[in-house]
Amino acid sequence: MATLEIRDLHVSIETDQGSKEILRGVNLTINSGETHAIMGPNGSGKSTLAYTIAGHPRYTVDSGSITLDGADVLAMSIDERARAGLFLAMQYPVEIPGVTVSNFLRTAKTALDGEAPALRSWIKDLRGSMEALRMDSSFAERNVNEGFSGGEKKRHEIVQLELLKPSIAVLDETDSGLDVDALKIVSEGVNRVKENTGLGVLLITHYTRILRYITPDFVHVFVDGRVAEEGGPELAERLENEGYDRYLTGSTVG
Amino acid sequence: MQQHPHGPGSPVPVQTRNERFASAAHDDFPAVTGRELEWKLTPVEKIRDLIDGELDGSAFPAEVSSAPGVTVEWVAMDDARVGSAGLAEERAAANAWSSAQQALTVTLTSEEAVAVTIDRAGADRAPRAAHTVITAAPNARGIVVIDNRGSARLTENVEIVAGAGSDLTVVSLQEWDAESVHLSSQFARVDKDARLKHVVVSLGGAIVRVKPSVHLAGSAADGQLLGLYFADSGQHLEQRVYVHHIAPQTISRVTYKGALNGAGARTVWVGDVLIGRDATGTDSYEQNRNLVLSDGTRADSIPNLEIETGDIAGAGHASATGRFDDEQLFYLRSRGIDEQEARRLVVLGFLLEVVQKIGAPELEQRLIAAIETELDAVAVV
Ligand SMILES: Nc1ncnc2c1ncn2[C@@H]1O[C@H](COP(=O)(O)OP(=O)(O)OP(=O)(O)O)[C@@H](O)[C@H]1O
Ligand SMILES: [Mg+2]
Repeated sequence: MATLEIRDLHVSIETDQGSKEILRGVNLTINSGETHAIMGPNGSGKSTLAYTIAGHPRYTVDSGSITLDGADVLAMSIDERARAGLFLAMQYPVEIPGVTVSNFLRTAKTALDGEAPALRSWIKDLRGSMEALRMDSSFAERNVNEGFSGGEKKRHEIVQLELLKPSIAVLDETDSGLDVDALKIVSEGVNRVKENTGLGVLLITHYTRILRYITPDFVHVFVDGRVAEEGGPELAERLENEGYDRYLTGSTVG
Repeated sequence: MQQHPHGPGSPVPVQTRNERFASAAHDDFPAVTGRELEWKLTPVEKIRDLIDGELDGSAFPAEVSSAPGVTVEWVAMDDARVGSAGLAEERAAANAWSSAQQALTVTLTSEEAVAVTIDRAGADRAPRAAHTVITAAPNARGIVVIDNRGSARLTENVEIVAGAGSDLTVVSLQEWDAESVHLSSQFARVDKDARLKHVVVSLGGAIVRVKPSVHLAGSAADGQLLGLYFADSGQHLEQRVYVHHIAPQTISRVTYKGALNGAGARTVWVGDVLIGRDATGTDSYEQNRNLVLSDGTRADSIPNLEIETGDIAGAGHASATGRFDDEQLFYLRSRGIDEQEARRLVVLGFLLEVVQKIGAPELEQRLIAAIETELDAVAVV
């Protein structure tokens, strides 16, 4: 049982025009087994939240806290956060020339477990996960994300989720750029991991479509750097019909 | 990493290469001032003896492995094979040419792929000259590795002839000791339908300056030029590549990658591509990328593209020198891989892209190990 707790989080970035505040007091608690959906307009700070949880150096935390089972996440380096059980499926996965998928995954698994995985079961797990996400086995010998299509990159993120077994995962627009079949395959992958490991999920999305496959326990409306409203799955339906206008009137945009 | 891709139409400094003077005689070249385009990026004062001094022209110690369909001979410099692929284009190369008393010739005739190693375990520190001619007969296939280790103060010319329809790989591997100096002009002629893969790997030596110049002389000749270098503190590694598309439908791909680490680590890459008047329908692309691993390094990267015909299939070049890609490091670290290991993976991956293209598994393994040794010396910044 893991709990990720975000309290009054304020985050800014350095721009050419000086420091710019993006997150303005985010509060969120995610427990193992729970699925939280975050929906919000472009530029509202969703990816900023995701990257801040993962520890991207571009973002400065001005105040507030992030803890995982009470441990101070903000004091941890990027890789320490991963080893503590956090995972970020990125909106734009990065290409790494010359590093094969199989080498990358084995290195990551070894780093997370503190020892190299037993070869036979590892190969079996890798094959199984790639097969389940309909990634041809030839991807294992290709360089990480290099030349992958948008959808292939996203499926590769979920292969990692399945193999690396984090306790809490942030999925940043994993559904964007997926065709209807891939959306189903990816959703099934996430559900399988949830079932097997009790994963807690923070799912950032623009579309209710994925929420038909991955049922959220909570939906948070993210506007202008903070959570503007919280509710159950019905809130997502309402957003789909009404848009974000209701939240934007009166607040400054951009 | 910062990118500076240029399209073929963009303003790029152009130096007309085909009019460059060539001769075997040292005295035919004017004295080197160090301000010439040819020399201004080279520490000429440290190599005066090789440019102008008297050289030991006796056979440079080498052991050549035997293979079926391969003949190895030392021949006099008036042998017909000498000069079949090119002629010295600057004073240090001409000094070597006129000083060498004999040439090592390695001739491949087998249509079954063969592998030959010219094993040079070094010599004394006296300035020396050498001349080598590697020939693939028409339709012959094989790989020749010039394996340079130990100590040397050497200026040399290497000629490479890829006969019609042949498929030849030549690897010049510089793993000299830390004091060695090596200047190597390498001339290649690629005939009709032949493929030449030319690989320069420079890891060891104080000053290493390799100049591959490849002439795609027959129609549909294909030149793939690969390079890999890793400069440590105080090392000067220079590579000057020239590809001359002479015949129609010729193809060239130039990929050089380098890493620099430590104060005074210095690399130079100059890549000249000339697409001649008759070289219609040609396709060329050259790129150089440098990864800077510490402060105090300097990497020069100068692509030149000159096109004398309007009818080409493609021509492009790219050059980039930069620090670690933070996004790559972030991605790896977000999967639990610690910073040092992430950096190691990124650098190794960066350089492996070239290694993976050599196509000689044993050599590739050896190079990976050598690069890993270089990386052990890289501190976490
Ligand atoms: N380098 C930068 N300079 C200026 N503004 C920036 C910079 N990086 C991010 N921002 C701004 O930060 C805000 C939040 O961006 P973020 O990527 O977190 O939004 P998002 O909610 O994920 O949007 P989307 O739905 O489009 O993915 C945006 O307004 C963006 O323009
Ligand atoms: Mg986003």
